[in-house]
Amino acid sequence: MSTTAEPTGTLTRADFQSDQETRWCPGCGDYAILAAVQGVMPDIGIPPERVAFITGIGCAGRFSYYMDTYGMHSIHGRAPTIATGLVAARDDLSVWIVSGDGDALSIGGNHLIHALRRDVPVKILLFNNRIYGLTKGQASPTSERGKVTKSTPDGSLERPVNPLATAIAAGATFAARAVDRDKAGLADVLRAAAEHPGAAFVEILQNCPVFNDGAFSHVQDKDEAVLHRIPLEPDRPLRFGRDGDQAVIRGDDGGLRIVPGAEADDASVVVHDPTIADPTAAFALSQLGVDTGHVPLGVLRRVPSTPWGEGLVAERRAALSTVDDAQLDRLLAGPDTWTVGGGPDA
Amino acid sequence: MATVTHEQHAAVEERERVIVRFAGDSGDGMQLAGARFTDATAASGNDLATLPNFPAEIRAPAGTTAGVSSFQIHFAARDIATPGDTPDVLVAMNPAALRVNVPQLERGARIIVNEEAFTRRALQKAGYDDNPLDDGTLDPFELTRVPMSSLVSRALEDVEGATSRQAQKARNLFALGVVAWLYDRPTAVIERWIDQKFAADDVVRRGNRAAFSAGWAFGETSELIDVRVRVAPATDVPPGEYRNANGTTAMALGLVAASVRSGLPLVFSAYPITPASDLLHQLAPRAAQGVRTVQAEDEIAAAGIALGASYAGALGVTATSGPGLDLKAEAIGLAVMLELPLVVIDVQRAGPSTGMPTKTEQSDLLQALYGRHGEAPLPVLAASNPGDCFDTVYEAARIAIERRTPVIVLSDLFLSNSSAPWRVPRAADLAPIDPAFAPPREPDDPPFLPYERDDRGVRPWAIPGTPGLRHRVGGIEKQERTGAISYDGANHARMVAARAAKVAGVDVPPTALDHDDGADILVIGWGSSEGALIAGVRRVRQRGHAVARAHLRHLHPLPPDLGDVLRRYRRVVLPEMNSGQLARVLRAEYLVDVRTHACLEGRPLQAAEIERVILEEIA
Ligand code: SF4
Repeated sequence: MSTTAEPTGTLTRADFQSDQETRWCPGCGDYAILAAVQGVMPDIGIPPERVAFITGIGCAGRFSYYMDTYGMHSIHGRAPTIATGLVAARDDLSVWIVSGDGDALSIGGNHLIHALRRDVPVKILLFNNRIYGLTKGQASPTSERGKVTKSTPDGSLERPVNPLATAIAAGATFAARAVDRDKAGLADVLRAAAEHPGAAFVEILQNCPVFNDGAFSHVQDKDEAVLHRIPLEPDRPLRFGRDGDQAVIRGDDGGLRIVPGAEADDASVVVHDPTIADPTAAFALSQLGVDTGHVPLGVLRRVPSTPWGEGLVAERRAALSTVDDAQLDRLLAGPDTWTVGGGPDA
Repeated sequence: MATVTHEQHAAVEERERVIVRFAGDSGDGMQLAGARFTDATAASGNDLATLPNFPAEIRAPAGTTAGVSSFQIHFAARDIATPGDTPDVLVAMNPAALRVNVPQLERGARIIVNEEAFTRRALQKAGYDDNPLDDGTLDPFELTRVPMSSLVSRALEDVEGATSRQAQKARNLFALGVVAWLYDRPTAVIERWIDQKFAADDVVRRGNRAAFSAGWAFGETSELIDVRVRVAPATDVPPGEYRNANGTTAMALGLVAASVRSGLPLVFSAYPITPASDLLHQLAPRAAQGVRTVQAEDEIAAAGIALGASYAGALGVTATSGPGLDLKAEAIGLAVMLELPLVVIDVQRAGPSTGMPTKTEQSDLLQALYGRHGEAPLPVLAASNPGDCFDTVYEAARIAIERRTPVIVLSDLFLSNSSAPWRVPRAADLAPIDPAFAPPREPDDPPFLPYERDDRGVRPWAIPGTPGLRHRVGGIEKQERTGAISYDGANHARMVAARAAKVAGVDVPPTALDHDDGADILVIGWGSSEGALIAGVRRVRQRGHAVARAHLRHLHPLPPDLGDVLRRYRRVVLPEMNSGQLARVLRAEYLVDVRTHACLEGRPLQAAEIERVILEEIA
């Protein structure tokens, strides 16, 4: 491994590319995500030595090796804990977690929930390919019910986890979704995540051509994508599909419905507002399309955040720097001491 | 103190050492009474050692033997080593406390009871058919019956606003007053504590002061106790400034000291678990010293957070007890691989599984040494007395920081709760700790090699944010020097050896031997059994036998001369609160026939049993 000199002047994509050979399978969606992340990093404007990528285990876990930043490829599911420790000690870094569906939602589910409810200042990128890739093709927590895999020859019995619903329920102040091959949409979401002061959760739908090819073809393939993507743009009515021939309205039960665009007048079409404090609106979006194959993409929720422990790093460092030997001596002695044999120097 | 007009009736007897046990229901405040008595005893200049003992349940059924809580203190005019085996005085606040503790008393011991607590119903709950105060079963003892309930109620009548419930809660302070009078403890320390503790509620404050004073006055005036005992200040301890501290306090201070002396902020992350939680409680209010505590979502996260903080360039520490150590194994393994500092404190308790969470044991040793997959050696240190918790954790932090390695510190429940006078260390005397972060690099410098080792086998600690040092670390095996991912077998073998050699190279002083001329028996121990071993060996020596004694802080790597030391003796005896874990290690390491004395009863080893074990080997 070599390290490169710090870039001077304007940052470029190359400043974030490590010299490690990428070892994902040919055609893996991870390549597109890596390119997108390396592409937006210069826009974010933080020099690479102040960026840290903390990853878990799985194909996505290798991400940290390919970014020429600081990075740690940690333990299965535990990246949020390492990242939490990192931001407990430092406030001058941009910290990113890269995780997969098994890593974040199965073995690391507890840590994900707590990182979000604490609002730890980290960006969490969850590469969801709905399968275990690195262990060669077992059902994952996001695999659909009935999914036939090596570990579920008769089809999975389980309902899949909805990553965004989980994140929003855990109190995420920022929750978004993008597709690996949607360059522009992914870059927009990554930039928005980078700007968020607290925990920013991004689900990235990622194709695993080896073990679960086509899991997201309905939002990746050009012809299909236009039918299934529901682009979420702030303050815009949720009309989508070919020439806006579909629309999202609020049903009588409070949930969201997809109806033919012609049936919905402008007043009844839901206008997207990610800043609503009440998580109900974002939660409803997280459920939208689960049964129909439609996929809302973009920022579902972005509300003001008070990041975990804001200000504490500086405060504690300042406190520590004032403790001299005399103060430490007083602390060690405590309020009640007695002297044996003529004083401490005797 | 209340003015007393009666004549001083009691004779005064000098004693070299005394053991007092306060016992009652877990709601009776016995730990508080014991702790306050300990403060006053420390202020008297006695040497002392304490042993709190309480049930696992917060409120076990009131009045039952399962709910009995006790606090024992041994104090003396000379250097003592243990909280003592059998009490000279037992304070029993209810029948259950009496029933549980009487079997441990020797003939002639004094028992002070709250006689009004011996109601029919209370006797039944404790499993007594007849009242032991009346049926002669206590004849071998000096029984003092005190109507504590009514005396406390009467004392509180003068306190405006005091309720009967408050009177009930203040009985422990009355009992404390009686015992404080009996041993002529300074009252100011206790009264000051009451004033501070209850400053917010003047009625409670005055009620507690009244109960304590009434207890003292009762001793002075009642004539029920005719001998007062005086224990002179201890003079055979090394000179210096002393304070009282239990293992938890000393350990918390050791961590703060390591942070101050290294300049690294302390990030302490833990998940609530008995008995380790007290460390979290003691460190959480230390913001003024720069301490950041994080209560994690689980034990795994606590270890991950500490390791993440170390990666960031802080002093990352996590603490737990047995079950939590199981869960921290993967983070410890990663720290071995990353070669980053991490201090893991295990306050051992009786296991396996939940075991006996409020009882002590030393049974996590093999887990600390070996409990990780793969070849994952790391330094393991054990503290041997409350004050030693400071030195041990300080040294552990120094090793972790300077050698870039996780270090496990073993304490145990007994040590963490037990208190003793502690010679206060001076900041200036503490060994310096140098984090020696890798310095930034210029564009023209040769490439940074994150796994290049220095002459101690130690790699650079290159913290995020440092210009010119960007690199990636992870759990995958590294190429030597470069740190790039490597699946090359020969490289792996070299890396395994390099990590082991680095740990083996930690500086460990030679075995400290307390040797008599002509001794052919060595008693060796580790951890909290030190006091019992010192006291047991002392007794054997008083009988005229020659014995040698050694105590280990460094369990990995072991002292360099230990094999030679062990082989010098005809017989090596190793008492430990497990089934022989260290003995197994020493046998394997040195091929010496180390004999185990195992104690697995959830209690500390006792001087008398060590004496017996040694005498058996001599015979
Ligand atoms: S197994 Fe699937 S997810 Fe993993 S690298 Fe190959 S294609 Fe990508």
